[in-house]
Amino acid sequence: MAANPLVQPAASGAAPGRVDAGASAIDGLAPRQIRKGATGGDRIFRGITGGVGLVSLVVVGATAGFLFLEARPALRSSGWLDFFTSSVWNSSNGNFGVAGLLIGTILIATIGLVVGTPIALATAIFINEYAPLKLRRWLVSAIDLLAALPSLIFGLWGLFALQKTLVGPAEWMGHHLSAIPIFRLSEADGSVSWSRSVFITGIVVALMIVPIVTAVSRDVMSQVPRDLVEGALALGGSRWGAVRTVILPFGRSGIVGAALLGFGRALGETIAVAIILSVSVNTNWNVLETNGGSVAGWIAIQFGEANANARSGLIAAGLALFMLTLVVNATARVIVKRTTRFA
Amino acid sequence: MTVTELRPPAAVANEAEPVIEAVPRKLRSFGINDWLELGASAGSAAAATGVVYLVMGWRGWLGPALWWLVLFLAIYRVVVGESNGSVAATDRVMTVIIGIGAAISVAALAWVVLFVVGKGIGKFRLSFFREDMAQVGPLDPGGGAKHAMIGTLQQVGIATAFSVPAAILTAIYLHEIKGRMSPVIRFFVDAMSGLPSIVAGLLVYTVWILRFGMGYSGFAASMALTVLMLPTVTRTAEEILRTVPDTLREAALALGAPQWRVVLRVVVPTASSGLMTAAILGVARAIGETAPVLLTAQYAAATNTNVFEGKQATLPMFVYQLIRQPNQTQIDRAWTGALTLLLMVLVLFVLARSIGERGRRKRGA
Repeated sequence: MAANPLVQPAASGAAPGRVDAGASAIDGLAPRQIRKGATGGDRIFRGITGGVGLVSLVVVGATAGFLFLEARPALRSSGWLDFFTSSVWNSSNGNFGVAGLLIGTILIATIGLVVGTPIALATAIFINEYAPLKLRRWLVSAIDLLAALPSLIFGLWGLFALQKTLVGPAEWMGHHLSAIPIFRLSEADGSVSWSRSVFITGIVVALMIVPIVTAVSRDVMSQVPRDLVEGALALGGSRWGAVRTVILPFGRSGIVGAALLGFGRALGETIAVAIILSVSVNTNWNVLETNGGSVAGWIAIQFGEANANARSGLIAAGLALFMLTLVVNATARVIVKRTTRFA
Repeated sequence: MTVTELRPPAAVANEAEPVIEAVPRKLRSFGINDWLELGASAGSAAAATGVVYLVMGWRGWLGPALWWLVLFLAIYRVVVGESNGSVAATDRVMTVIIGIGAAISVAALAWVVLFVVGKGIGKFRLSFFREDMAQVGPLDPGGGAKHAMIGTLQQVGIATAFSVPAAILTAIYLHEIKGRMSPVIRFFVDAMSGLPSIVAGLLVYTVWILRFGMGYSGFAASMALTVLMLPTVTRTAEEILRTVPDTLREAALALGAPQWRVVLRVVVPTASSGLMTAAILGVARAIGETAPVLLTAQYAAATNTNVFEGKQATLPMFVYQLIRQPNQTQIDRAWTGALTLLLMVLVLFVLARSIGERGRRKRGA
C-alpha cells in the first residue's frame, strides 16, 4: 500500500477510521465515510449465529446436568463406588453396579479398534496412494455410504449373516488360543455355542468404525507435503517405502487420533450391539462365550420393562457411558487437531 | 524398459575388468514373469490350504480364507525376494495387504446391502405401505409399515426443520464470523458429534418426559434426532463453506456490502448445493436412528398421525420390534422394513451426491 505512489498517505490529523483520500480531486464530492467496525446489521447477525452456535454447549451441558440429577437416586442407593466396581442389577432394592457392563463395552470397542483400524488404515492408504483417480472416486463414495448405513442394518447383517461365518473361527480360537485370557473358556467345551458373543459383536463394530477412521486418517495423510513423498520415490524408494518412511511417520499422531475417535464411536454403539450380543450385567472377560456386557445395549434392552428405580440406574449407566465417550473423543480431537495444525 | 537400457551390453564389456552390474530394482513395471510369480504363489497357497482343509474339516469359509492369505503372503514374499530382491518383495507384499484391506471395506458394504435386499425383496410390494399392524395378528397375511412410514417422515421432517437452519447458522459463525466463541463452540460441536445415540435419547427422556412431565411422543423423538443431526450437518456445512473462494467474499466486501449481506447473498447462494448435500446426509443419518426413538417415541402398532401426542412407530423401531418375534411372518415383515430403510438411505445418498456434484461443476472446481 505504502509503496503505491498513486495513494497519498492519510493526513496525520485525520480522524481514526476515516479514510481521507484526496478530497480535492473531485470538487464538492466528499468521499463517503467508512467505518471499520461492524454495522448494526452485522452485530445482530453475529449475535444470532453465535447464539445458535451455543446450542451445542447447552445440549452437552444439559446432558451432563440432567442425567446426573436423575441418576443420583440410583447412585446413592447402590453407593457411589460400588456402582462402578460391582456387577449387579437389582431394581427392587435399588442395588446397581455397572462394572461388568463397562468391561464388556471396553472389550467390544477394543476388538473393534484392533480389527477395524488396520482395515481402515489400509483403505485410507489405498485410496490416497494406490488407487487410480477413477477408482478413487468410487471408493470414497463407497466408504461414505458405509458411514451412512444405519446401525440397525449392521446389527441385522451381523446376527443373520456374519455370525454364521465367524462361529468357525471363534471355535478354533477357543480351542487353540486358550492361552490368551480373553479366549479362555469358563464352561465345559461342549456347552459353548459361540454365538451372540462379544467377539462377533466386536467384529461388526469394527466394520462400523471403518468409515470414520478412514476419513480422518485420509485427511491427515493428505496433509503430508507432496514433495517429501516424491523425493522418497525419486531417490529410488518403492511405493511402500514412501508410505512407511514419509507418510506414516508424518501422520502418526493423527492416525492415533483417528483410531481413538473410532474407539469413541465403538463405545457408544447401541442398536447393533443390542441386536447381536446377548447382553448381561455379569462380568464376563471371555469374548467367545455367549454373554457379554454393553452399557448402551443394556439400556436399550432394559428400558422398556424398567420401573422408576431401574430407570434411574439406567440413566446412571448412561451418564457413565457419556463421560467415558466424552473423555475419549476430546482426547482424540486434541491429537488430530494438533497434527493437522502443524502439518 | 529402463532396466534393459541401463544394463551395460555384454558385448561392449571389457573382458579384463569385472563388470559391476548396476541393475536398478524393478519397482513399477509388472510383466509376464511377475504375473507368473503372483499366480504360482496364489495357486500353491490354495493347494496347501486345500490339503489342510481336507485334514482339519473347518466350518465356514473365513478360516480357510485367512489361512490361504497368510500362506500366500509368505510364499509370495519368498518368491519375489528371490527374483527381485527384498525391497521389491516387501513392496509387493504390502501392496497386496493394502489392497486387501480396501477390498474388505468394499466387500463388507456390498455384502450388507445385498444381504438385506435378498432377505427383504420377497414381501416388498405396494400394499406394505398401505396397511399398518393395528388389526394384524402375528401370523396373519398382509400388514405393513404405513404407520411406521408416517412416523419416520414426521419425526425426521421436524428434526430437519430444527437442525438444518441451526447447523448452517453455527457453521456460518464458525467459518465466516470466526468470533471469539468459535473455539468453545467447535469443541462442543465435536463433543456432540461423539455423543452416543442412546445418550441423546436419555437426554430427551430425562428433560422432556421426566422433568417436564410430557408423555412419549413423536415430537420427543424428533428432538433427540435434532441433537444427533446438528453436529453432523454443522461439520459438513463448515467444510462446504470452506470451498467458497475468498475472492468472492472480498469482491462483495470491496463493493461496500456489510458482512451479513456478503454471507447471505454471496456465500450461502454459492454454497447452496453443498449445503443441501449436508442437509440430506444429515437426514440419511437420522432416518435410521433407532436407539433415541426407542426411549422417546417407543412403538405403536396402530397408525398415529399426531406427532405431539402418544407413542408413534418409526421404520427402525418397526424393524427392531418385529425382528425379535418368534414367528417367520413377523421376521419377514421386519426384513421388508429393513429393505425400505436401506432404499431410503440409498436414495438420499445418491441424491446428495448428484446435487453436490452438480454444484461442484457449476463452481468450476
